[in-house]
Amino acid sequence: MSEPTDECREALHELYGYLDGELTPEKREAIGRHLDQCLPCAEPYDFEAELREVIRRKCQEQVPESLVAKVRAALAAEQLRQGTTDGA
Amino acid sequence: MADQATFADQAMELMPSLYAAALRMTRNPADAEDLVQETYLRAYRGFGGFEEGTNLKAWLYRILTNTYINTYRARKRRPDETDLDEVEDLYLYRRIGGLEAALAGRSAEDELLDRFTDQEVKEALESLPENFRLAVLLADVEGFSYKEIAEILDIPIGTVMSRLHRGRKALQKRLYEFAVERNLTAAVPDDAHV
Repeated sequence: MSEPTDECREALHELYGYLDGELTPEKREAIGRHLDQCLPCAEPYDFEAELREVIRRKCQEQVPESLVAKVRAALAAEQLRQGTTDGA
Repeated sequence: MADQATFADQAMELMPSLYAAALRMTRNPADAEDLVQETYLRAYRGFGGFEEGTNLKAWLYRILTNTYINTYRARKRRPDETDLDEVEDLYLYRRIGGLEAALAGRSAEDELLDRFTDQEVKEALESLPENFRLAVLLADVEGFSYKEIAEILDIPIGTVMSRLHRGRKALQKRLYEFAVERNLTAAVPDDAHV
C-alpha cells in the first residue's frame, strides 16, 4: 500500500468538517476529488458516515401519548390564563 | 412577530426530537417529560419574541437546553465537568472498520454497526460528560450546524468543534467496549469465511 500523501493527511484532518457540511465549496470539492481516487481515505469516510447514520437512527424515541396530551392541556390552560389576564 | 395561535401547529410536530433530546439530557423518562412540558410552556409564553422565518427548531432547542441547564443541573451539587481521556482519531474504524470490508465486501461493516442495539447507542451517548454529550447530540442526532450549536449552547464555534471532536471519539470508545463485551468484533470475520 502506498504511503499517505499530504492530500491524505488533509482529507483525514477535514473528515468531520466534511461530514458536518461545514467546509467551503472549494475545499469540499477538493476533498471529494481525493476520495474518488484514494480508497484508504474513502473507507474511513464511509465508516464515519455510516456510524453517524446508525447513531441518529438508534437514538429516536416514541413520544408517549400521555405527554402529548399533557402538553396540549398545559398550553390550553396557559392560553386561558393569558386570556383572563388580558381581559381584566 | 409570531402569533401564539400558530405555535401549536408548528411546535408540536417537533416533539419527538425534543423528547428524544430531553431523554438523553436527563437520562430518565419522568424528568424528560417534565422538561419537554416546561420547554413548551416557556416557548408558548415567549413565542411573540420568535422571529418568523428563522429556525423554530433551533429556537426550541435553545429553550430546552437552557431549561435543562437551569433546572436539572442546578439540582446537582457540582456541575458535571468531568474531562475525557485522550482517544486516538478514528478509534472505532481502526478496530472494526477496515478488516471486515476487506474480508467480506462493503456491506459487512454496515451490518456490524447495525448490530449495536438502540439501547447500547443511547447508553454510549448518555455516558459522555454533559458538555460533550450536548454537543454530540445536537450535531449527530439532530443535525444542527456548528453555528446553530454555538447559539443553542451559547459557546464559541471553536468550543463546539473541540467538544464534538473529543465527544465523538469518547462515544466510539464506549461503543467499542460494547462490541467487545458482546463479542461482536469476533463474529464478523467468522461470517466472512462462510
